[in-house]
Amino acid sequence: MSERPRTLYEKIWDAHVVERRDDGTCLIYIDRHLVHEVTSPQAFEGLRLAGRKVRRPDLTLAVADHNLPTTPRIRGNGGPLLIEDPASAEQLAALQENVAEFGVPYIDAIAAEQGIVHVVGPEQGFTLPSTTVVCGDSHTAAHGALGALAFGIGTSEVEHVLATQTLMMKPSKTLEIRVDGELGFGVTPKDLILAIIGQIGTAGGTGHVIEYRGSTFEAMSIEGRLTVANMSIEAGARSGLFAPDEKTFAYLEGRQMAPKGESWQRAVAGWRQLVTDPGATFDRSVHIDAASVAPTVTWGTSPEDVATITGFVPSPDSFTDAGKRDAAMRSLEYMGLEAGQRLQDIAIEHVFIGSCTNSRIEDLRAAASVLKSRKCSDRIKQALVVPGSGLVKRLAEAEGLDRIFIEAGFEWREPGCSMCLAMNPDKVPPRERCASTSNRNFVGRQGPGARTHLMSPVMAAAAAVNGRLTDVREMMGDIGELAA
Amino acid sequence: MIPFTRVEGRAYPLPFSNIDTDLIIPAVHLKTIRRSGLGQHAFEALRSTDDSVFADPAFRGAPIIVALDNFGCGSSREHAAWALVDLGVRAVVAPSFSDIFASNAFKNGIATVELDHAAVESLLESAKTDSIVVDLESMTVTVGERDHFTFTMDPFRRDCLLAGLDEIALTLSHDDAITAYEQRMGI
Repeated sequence: MSERPRTLYEKIWDAHVVERRDDGTCLIYIDRHLVHEVTSPQAFEGLRLAGRKVRRPDLTLAVADHNLPTTPRIRGNGGPLLIEDPASAEQLAALQENVAEFGVPYIDAIAAEQGIVHVVGPEQGFTLPSTTVVCGDSHTAAHGALGALAFGIGTSEVEHVLATQTLMMKPSKTLEIRVDGELGFGVTPKDLILAIIGQIGTAGGTGHVIEYRGSTFEAMSIEGRLTVANMSIEAGARSGLFAPDEKTFAYLEGRQMAPKGESWQRAVAGWRQLVTDPGATFDRSVHIDAASVAPTVTWGTSPEDVATITGFVPSPDSFTDAGKRDAAMRSLEYMGLEAGQRLQDIAIEHVFIGSCTNSRIEDLRAAASVLKSRKCSDRIKQALVVPGSGLVKRLAEAEGLDRIFIEAGFEWREPGCSMCLAMNPDKVPPRERCASTSNRNFVGRQGPGARTHLMSPVMAAAAAVNGRLTDVREMMGDIGELAA
Repeated sequence: MIPFTRVEGRAYPLPFSNIDTDLIIPAVHLKTIRRSGLGQHAFEALRSTDDSVFADPAFRGAPIIVALDNFGCGSSREHAAWALVDLGVRAVVAPSFSDIFASNAFKNGIATVELDHAAVESLLESAKTDSIVVDLESMTVTVGERDHFTFTMDPFRRDCLLAGLDEIALTLSHDDAITAYEQRMGI
């Protein structure tokens, strides 16, 4: 055995190599496969046409999230409500037929455990440290928060995993992102990851797996780590990893699908070894001081278009690169913004608190701590809270958070991807502006012509109250009390 | 899969970086349960502008796209690759690609060709008036006698593209190794 010090990524990779070809391409074993309705129908169809079966249904879990309306799903008589959009209904029906035909475990759309696939995986203990996790969705990177090597795949790869439980891949390069120190008042993991993306760019992590290291990440909750790892793909990296620690084990212990009893003890003992060895080297390293990060929002149409809330819309002329200058000009035109405009003067009409980035219980607690005894501005046409799963929703209701949101003027919805990508009826109308806790501000992402500003849950809540982008630190300064 | 050896024809010049998969195919069109039929919606947001190359009959059916950095960033939706295939695109030339898009493109017989900035800028100019040849056997991109660029590609991907290989069949031929791994790991 080689004694060469290895990174966390290299350890997980090495443990999953089934075969290595001479050209370096490896056949990698996949431990966990999450399936949803949008990127799977063509994969199942491919299996059917080739007469193939699902190799390991027991390592597969299906749940619908992208298409589902977030309005009530159960009729008075207890039966499921029909989905009005025929294309969405067909896609959901296809998933139900496929999981039945191929014997894949499935969480039904009206089950309490239903939710966004990246909320459900960790919540059910399906995602575990040291495993390889894939899903036909780029935000699969989120599961790296638990020390799983997790990445998004396309539908051909979904079919490949269903048929073989493996993927053909080459190892990635490694990128260390080290952040030390304490995040300031009102500064959240979302602000940190937006700041990281702003610094390294949306292609900064291309070809790399990120490992998040340093005291800031060690102190961060699992929910916060899920937010950070989730947006690794917005920095170009297919995966982002956190070394599992006591917080990880405490989060997973007792979860429905996590190991129990002796096998839990054995698993934890193994997971404790899952750290980057002293002396192991990364292909690249980026260092950031946590104290330098402020509440951050996006102004443009790429997640790298970030600025601190106290700042201004940048002038395209401030970019030295001609391509970036051109992109900034087009972004400002699409966003309906002027260079030099104060960010806090930007008025909004919509608020979306949800998505696989920020729809967990901690996110809802944080937003509710701002909205308590406050109301949405009259400017706000629609404010949605879409919990990440039915279990998150129930817990929030047990804590009374739903009342706080509803009294503030928010709509309290059923779980799903919702207004993050506007596949279901939740859309931002053309040329209207949304303060959103989601992950992408691309052109048309929240609906054709929709204008998105990405931010943290507390910042979205503050924006709802003022009807414009707002520095949550000022709003909460007199109280100084924000939920973690 | 249709083998990729050599593609010749007009190329849509898209002088933008960070062309994301939402721009290639918006989420509203992801509700299909088929691979075909997405081409008509490809680059929908760009089509609506008057000077769009997608509205110019000279580019209709063009088999190549030339674009700037980080092409295909964003979502993992293979619909982006299917939309390009349906549009008739077989090759995309850019300085860099997002990892997931490059993989999806490859699985659908689309060659993602990386060239340096100077070469891509030159091709963006040539594409306005001339046909381009992408040759995977000689690993070159040429425009008449004027431009001649060589590129490199991962040998495994190149072999698969040239042969039009079914990757699942290839992997299933290693079934014994997969079973042995499962037994060794107790999975």
